[in-house]
Formats: sequence, structure tokens, C-alpha cells
Amino acid sequence: MTNDTDAPGPFPTPPHAFEDADGREITVRSLASTDADGIESLVAMYDDFDPSMRAQGIPPTGEARVRSWLDTLVGGDAYNVVAWHGDDAVGHATLVPDGDDAYELAIFVHQDSQGCGIGTRLIRTLLGYGAANDVGHVWLTVERWNHAAIALYEKVGFETMSAESFEIEMEMDLSTARVQTDNTG
Amino acid sequence: MKVLLGIGGSDDSLDALDRTVERAVEAGDELTVAVLDNPESDRSADEVIDHASSVLEEAGLDADVRHLTGDPGSELVELAGREGFEQVVLGGGERSPMGKIRLGHIAEFVLLNAPVTVSLVR
Repeated sequence: MTNDTDAPGPFPTPPHAFEDADGREITVRSLASTDADGIESLVAMYDDFDPSMRAQGIPPTGEARVRSWLDTLVGGDAYNVVAWHGDDAVGHATLVPDGDDAYELAIFVHQDSQGCGIGTRLIRTLLGYGAANDVGHVWLTVERWNHAAIALYEKVGFETMSAESFEIEMEMDLSTARVQTDNTG
Repeated sequence: MKVLLGIGGSDDSLDALDRTVERAVEAGDELTVAVLDNPESDRSADEVIDHASSVLEEAGLDADVRHLTGDPGSELVELAGREGFEQVVLGGGERSPMGKIRLGHIAEFVLLNAPVTVSLVR
């Protein structure tokens, strides 16, 4: 962590509470593999996920496939954060180790909670959580026509590495990222 | 049907080989296996040719196995057009650590440029 103004951040760390653009109280919390109730709520969110909002084959369709996919994400060495509105999971973001000292990032916000700033808060809190746990290189792929997602990734500090295929590959170096100590912002 | 399967040695292409051979036996397809030089694959063309020959032999299917040199996507598209294949079959992509499907560069090129139907095996 440095005070370099070009460094990404500052990012909040979970738990991170805020009011969304619709005036709802949202809290972003980390999700532990032992949190069975939290995982159930996340399964419910994905089970109700608008199929047209899927990207690159995820989230999978059908509860059984959702469960097995979440098992690999939440049960392994990934970092997971969930946005909560009361007891309902409304968003999920994850950093999954790629076996090569880097992490792949993905974020999903339920269709009923989009457009009110939750995605930005969720991804920034995930990046703060990762940075606080010494995650360095983070990358993601995004379909090149998914302009809203690309704009979000750019806003939080991702840079495009490769754009020659159907997917754009973006990355960020979290090792120099600043982490907020005051988590009210 | 006259089917052209392109494989470069990635895991998804070898899966496509198994499934396409199985399908050809059932449907009586006339299958040609084109082995491509895929820079994204760890397996050499010779290894892939040997593997394809043994899969065909085991299935009792008589099919041509050819090694296409040069740019894999354009060579495959060219061959499909020149020899009147009705369908090109390729592997359906690898999965990222997250589970996202990632199409290879060959598949992207063939999807956009092939003169005939392209199937991705998943």
C-alpha cells in the first residue's frame, strides 16, 4: 500500500454499508465457505437470475449446476463478497485463483437491483478485500459488446490488455492499491 | 453428411473428436479429421494424429486424417469450401478458472468465415 496517486483505489473492505440510488440499505460482506445460510441465499439469487444476463456460460442454468458452480467458487481459495438487502443476496463478486499467482474476477448483480450503483460498490469492496489479502494481479474477460460492464471495469481501474477476439481481456495490479481505513464511504 | 472435424490438440478438441466419431458411427457421416497446428495447444501435431487414428480404429470408423499446415483457421475454411463439406465441427472452448467459456482463436475465425454450418461440441 502506497500513497501513489496513480495507484488503484482507495477501495473499501468488507463489511461495507451504503444506501443505493433507490434509497435502500445495502451491505457488502465477505462470504465464508461455512456460511450455509448465506450460500443458500446466493443459490436463490442465481436461480432467479435473468438468463439473458448470463455471460460466457455463467452463471449456469438450473439449481443443481448453480450449486456445483458455487461450491467450486466458495469452497476453494477464492475471495467472495455478497451485497445484501436485508436477508436477500442481490449481488456477488468473486476473485478466483488461476493457479498462476493471479486471480480471475467476475461480478453479478441481480436484474432487479441493477442501475442503482450496487455493482460499483460491490466490485470496489471485492478489490479492497483482495488487496487487504495480498492479491496482486487480477484479470477478467468480458464480451466486447457488453459496454456497461466494460465501463464499470474501466471506472474502477482495469486496463484493456487484449481486444482482438470476441472477448476483451482486462487486468489490474492490486499490489499497489490503496485500501480505505474508513469504511463509511 | 460430409463432415470436417478440425482438432488442434486442446482438451476441448479431443473431446470433440470422441463425440464426433461417435456421432459419425451412428449417423453414417463421411468424416474427415483435419489436424491443425494450434499454437495454444501443448500437444504436437504428430501426437494428435496418432491419437485421432487410434480413436478412429477403436470405433471401427474409416475416416481420413490429414495434417493441415499453415494458418489453421483459414486452411480449414479453405478446405471446407474446396471439397464441398456440409459441416465443420470444432471443440466448444475451454473453461476459465471462474467457469467462463473461452472460445479459441481458431473457432472464432472459422465461425465468422466458414461457408458452411459450424458446430461447436459442448
